[in-house]
Amino acid sequence: MSPIFYLLAALTLAGGLAAVLLKHLVHSALAVTVAFAGLALLFLQLDAQFAGFAQILVYIGAVAILIVFAILLTHGSELPKGGVFSHTWFLGLVIAAGVFAVLGWAVLASVSAVPQSNIVPSVTVHDIGIALVGRYVLPLEIVALLLTAATIGAVIVAMHEKERAR
Amino acid sequence: MITMLGAANLLLANPLFTNLDQIFVLLRNWLVGFFPVAIRPAAGVVLGVVAIVCVFPGLFALTTVFERKGLGRIQNRLGPNRVGPFGFFQPIADGIKSLTKEDVVPFRANAVVHFLAPLVLVVTVFMGFAVLPMGRNMVLVDMDSGLLFFFAMGAATELSVFMAGWSSRNKYSMLGAMRAVAQMISYEVVLLLSAVSVVMIAGSLSLPAIVAAQNQYTGSFPHWYIFTPWGLAGFVVFAIAATAESNRSPFDLPEGESELVAGYHTEYSGFKFALFFLGEYLAMFSLSGLGVTLFFGGWLAPFSFLNFVPSWIWFFGKVMFFIFVFIWMRGTLPRLRQDQLMNFAWKFTLPFTLLNLLVTALWRFMGEGWQRWVVCTIILAAAYVIFGRIEMRRQHFGPRKYRYAE
Amino acid sequence: MLGDGILKGMAETARNFFGSYVSKERLTTVEYPEQRIPTAENARVFPFLVYDGTDWEAGMRCVACQICEKECPPKCIYIDKSTDKKPDYVGKPQFYPARFDIDISVCMSCQICVEVCPFEAIKMDTQFELATDDRFGGLLYDRKELSRSNEYYHAIHPTEAAEVDARLAEEKAKVEAKAKAAAEAAAAKAAAAATQPAAPAKADSSGLAATAPEAASLTDATKPAGGGS
Repeated sequence: MSPIFYLLAALTLAGGLAAVLLKHLVHSALAVTVAFAGLALLFLQLDAQFAGFAQILVYIGAVAILIVFAILLTHGSELPKGGVFSHTWFLGLVIAAGVFAVLGWAVLASVSAVPQSNIVPSVTVHDIGIALVGRYVLPLEIVALLLTAATIGAVIVAMHEKERAR
Repeated sequence: MITMLGAANLLLANPLFTNLDQIFVLLRNWLVGFFPVAIRPAAGVVLGVVAIVCVFPGLFALTTVFERKGLGRIQNRLGPNRVGPFGFFQPIADGIKSLTKEDVVPFRANAVVHFLAPLVLVVTVFMGFAVLPMGRNMVLVDMDSGLLFFFAMGAATELSVFMAGWSSRNKYSMLGAMRAVAQMISYEVVLLLSAVSVVMIAGSLSLPAIVAAQNQYTGSFPHWYIFTPWGLAGFVVFAIAATAESNRSPFDLPEGESELVAGYHTEYSGFKFALFFLGEYLAMFSLSGLGVTLFFGGWLAPFSFLNFVPSWIWFFGKVMFFIFVFIWMRGTLPRLRQDQLMNFAWKFTLPFTLLNLLVTALWRFMGEGWQRWVVCTIILAAAYVIFGRIEMRRQHFGPRKYRYAE
Repeated sequence: MLGDGILKGMAETARNFFGSYVSKERLTTVEYPEQRIPTAENARVFPFLVYDGTDWEAGMRCVACQICEKECPPKCIYIDKSTDKKPDYVGKPQFYPARFDIDISVCMSCQICVEVCPFEAIKMDTQFELATDDRFGGLLYDRKELSRSNEYYHAIHPTEAAEVDARLAEEKAKVEAKAKAAAEAAAAKAAAAATQPAAPAKADSSGLAATAPEAASLTDATKPAGGGS
């Protein structure tokens, strides 16, 4: 565990916390972006270039922009009168703690399951490509189908409104 | 297929050529020699970064004056010719002006985001240069997934545009940012997909590897991807998408002066505005560099007998040619309307690029021979003509109908 | 065919680009401080005062009648009449302006002062490079700064100046002929010569007096409206 890891982890956590705690919705969106960037840098620090860049491309380039667009197009950038924090925050905290505990347990349990080796595994983009269209081709196709369905759904939703406008 | 690698090797053996070709690499190695051994790798990287940070803004300064002079000539004007010989010191004057101007931040603006936006833009745009091979052995970081890195950095610039528009608290900025982001997202899909066809043939995401894949000559003619049917189609789409991605005319409606003052940088002045300007031009350079690398053989000479010219001259020459075409287009084409822009992106370029991907796959699996040339050309040409006919038929010339305003 | 319009446009701009280096008539730009287009004869910028001869003070045609001061719509002319008199171009003693200032920051170049002047004393200049770093004093021109020789007037408005000169010469000849006839008549009548030359001058001043009340009534009419607003 290098100091760089701790720095990046702190950055990611700060971004996540800011996203939850900031009052202004656009600020929260930008803070989420910081968290995404921190996560991407963590991937890069682990020499997972493909995952890191895909994280930036997809999450910062698309998801963050999507969130921001959604906020701006729905007047979400105005502060609600009743405060921005939920009244059931304690319940949320409990659920979050539960999820964290399960994930932590899974990670800790997997340490013993995976053989420890000091050799850094070098995964090239080529290997990832072969794996995606070889061993994992079925999940890939299922995801592709899902996304196509979602796209068609989005088009239909957009078209529906147009028909009514006529 | 006859490769001229033998001749190239002969040339490479010539010490004068090698020195000229590798002059920047040798210079860097010589400078790195002054540092202690422990920090030499880091020093090498820093020197490379310094070189990029110096060279491209210099190129930016040159381009601004050339652009203004070229646009002037296109409109039968003289262009700037007051500062220095033939007006070539104009960028220096502009730089001094923008540095000494007052930096105005709107009272209700979000100061932190307003300050960060130009920085994020320039930093992410500069990052893109790290993976571009600018000559033989002249790439800062030879990443396995260099192309992905490039596009990831390109995606991050969108966020800075949004930050600038939103933080200014100005309706023109906001509208300009919304337009810019919508446009960049739409055309980024096309840009990525047109680059994917090159990746499919070259079999690598690393940009030096893509250049190396094009390093073959038949006779003295190069094997650049632009000289294949799918490459030509891909390049045309790539060029359109790159123009839209860098917000250049005719896709400059995020900063349409007639309706939006200056778009997302309306509320920026002084040095911050200069940074936006710089970022825009740097994005143009890096996209030109990417286009050169993907389709025009990067730093390779156009004919094998021209191999004695240093590789970096070829790279920068090609980039400058691209810049010239950018300026030429800006001087020619009028600005698109928002609906035309979106229709063009989603209804013409995207289907065409998807078809081009299929054709590329066909090319890959049809094997060597003349058949694949004929088949691919026919499919693409037919698709272009049919798409074009449909597009032309849809055009309604006449007064525009407004859905809500009437 | 899709895209051929773009290619046509690109060819057109390329023709312009290279053509501008080859043929000079494509470039219509005049590089102003070095190159100048001669101003049109009818050009007018701000008024100036004409003087005859070489001495601006002695030859000034203005008789300080103050018509222009009254007629000036933006009221940018300030005239103080002199207490003594000096001879004008026909040799008749006339008042002259002790002060004649035009505030060209107020002047709107309407040329009304030129139209109303009965003595051809004020004309429009073509000099337009009048920028100064002093907003107030630098743009308030006194009579010395305003006076230009008749030769200068001929140089900038040749046709108009020739007409004016002809008219003045005619008037002068008429006056001289009258004086001569009067002198002859006087000699014939052998009357006293001292009172005679004053007769034509009286006729002149009566004409002036006819216009002056008009101008005065005009300004009176506009004054209450100006005061009310």
